[in-house]
Amino acid sequence: MASLALPTRKDEAYRYADLAALAPLWPLAVQEIRVAAGATDALAITARSDAAEARELLITLEDGASFDLRVLNAGHAYGRIAVTAVLGRGASFHFGAAQLGGGTQTLEIVTEVRHLQPDAVSRQVVRSVLGGQATGTYLGKVHVARGAIGTDGEQSIRAMLLNRTATANARPELEIYADDVKCAHGCAVGELDPQGLFYLQSRGLPPAEAKKLMLHAFIAEAFVGAPDSEALTEAALAGLENLL
Amino acid sequence: MLTIDNLSATVADKPILKGLSLNINAGEIHAIMGPNGAGKSTLGYTLGGRPGYEVTGGSVDFDGQDLLALEPHERAATGLFLGFQYPVEIPGVSNLQFLREALNAQRKVHGEEPLSGAAFIKLAKEQAGLLRFDMDMLKRPVNVGFSGGEKKRAEMVQMGILAPKLAILDETDSGLDIDALRICGEGINAIMRGPDKAVLLITHYQRLLDYVKPDFVHVLAGGRIVKSGGAELALQLEEHGYEAVAA
Repeated sequence: MASLALPTRKDEAYRYADLAALAPLWPLAVQEIRVAAGATDALAITARSDAAEARELLITLEDGASFDLRVLNAGHAYGRIAVTAVLGRGASFHFGAAQLGGGTQTLEIVTEVRHLQPDAVSRQVVRSVLGGQATGTYLGKVHVARGAIGTDGEQSIRAMLLNRTATANARPELEIYADDVKCAHGCAVGELDPQGLFYLQSRGLPPAEAKKLMLHAFIAEAFVGAPDSEALTEAALAGLENLL
Repeated sequence: MLTIDNLSATVADKPILKGLSLNINAGEIHAIMGPNGAGKSTLGYTLGGRPGYEVTGGSVDFDGQDLLALEPHERAATGLFLGFQYPVEIPGVSNLQFLREALNAQRKVHGEEPLSGAAFIKLAKEQAGLLRFDMDMLKRPVNVGFSGGEKKRAEMVQMGILAPKLAILDETDSGLDIDALRICGEGINAIMRGPDKAVLLITHYQRLLDYVKPDFVHVLAGGRIVKSGGAELALQLEEHGYEAVAA
C-alpha cells in the first residue's frame, strides 16, 4: 500500500490531504491487523496530540471474524487515518469515528472496505464537528466482489459545521460486482439546529453548554456499542471544549 | 411581576406586536386569547428571547429587571419559563441529563450548589408523578418520539423541575385529549398557583380555563390588547366569537 513517493492531489485518496504536513511523515508504516477465523477483536485509536499524525491500517478479517474499530481524530494539527478492511465470509466489521477540528487544520478519514466473500457485514458511522477554517474529509469506498452475495454494508456520514468558514468533504462510494447485496449510505452536512439550541437555552443552559450538549449527542453516535464508548466519548468531550 | 409597556416587535421585518401593554402581578393568572395571526405566539417568543423576534419599541420589566436586555438562558435563570406550542425534539440528549444541567446552570446563577444526582432524580420523580408521566420516558431523548400530548406533559414536568416564578404557556392545551388536558391543568395549578408566582396562558379555547381559572382574560388582536376582563370574558368569546366581543 505505502509507496515511497509522496502522493499528489491527483491521487484520489489524497485529494484533500495536507500534503505539506504529510511530507515529513512519509512513507507511512502500515499497521497490519489480522483477526483469525471466528475470533473477535477491537481497537480504539485516539489521536489528540499537538503534532501531525497519519496512520495507515490494513485489517484482515478471516471467515466469521469480527472487528470493532473506533477512532477519535481530534489532534491539534493534521490528522489522517486510512483504513483498509478485507472481509472474509460472514465477517463483521464495525467502524465508528469522530473527528473534531478547528483553526486551519485538516482532518481526514479514508476507508476502503472490501467484501470479498459472501455474507459479511460492515457498518461505518462517521461524525465530524468542524469549526474555524478546518477541513474534515471522509472518503469511503465499499467494494463488493463478484460472488460476495449476501453482503450487508452501511455508511452513515454526517458533519456539523460550527462556522460557515469550515469545510466538510464526504464521499461515500459503492463499487458492487455482485447481485443480492444490501448496501446503504447516508450523508449529511449541516449546522446545529437553531430551534433546538433556543429550546435548551430557554430552560437555562448558556449557549456554549447548549451547543456542547447537542454536539455531545451527535458525536456519541460514532461510539455507540463500542467496548470503551464512555472513555471515547469523554475524550471527545474534552476535544469539544477546545472548539467552542 | 411583569410589566409590558407599549411593546412592538417584528418577525422577518414584518410588524407583529404593535404597542402591546400588559401588567401581571404575583399571584395572578392571566389568559390571552385571540384570533390566528394576532401575535399570541410572537408575544411568547419575544418575551422568551427567541432569535429572529426583534423588539422595535417599548419595554418589559420582570421583577425589577430589564427582561429584553437578557439572553434567553438569563431570562430562564431570572425565573421565566416559556412553554412551547411545538416542543422541539433533540435527538440523543436525554430529558434527565438536559434538565439537570439546566437546573444546575440556573442554580449557579443564584450562587447555589449544584443538585446531586440522587436529589435531582427524587425531584424529577415527584414532578413526573404529578403529571402522571413515566420516568422511563424522561430517560429518553428530549421529545423524540413523544406524542403531541406527551410533549405537552413533558413540558409541564420541566416546569415543575425548574420551578419558575412566571410561566408563559403557549397553547399548552393544543394536541391534548380530555384526560391529558385535565392532568396538565391540574399540573399548572399545583406548580404555579402561589402568592409569589404568576402564569400567562396563551390559548384559543375556553376548555383549558375550565381547569386553570384565570383572574384576567385579554383579547389580543392586531398586535395589541384590545379588550380585558375577568374569567367571564373567555365565556363570552367562546359564545360570540372574537369579532363580536372585541369589536
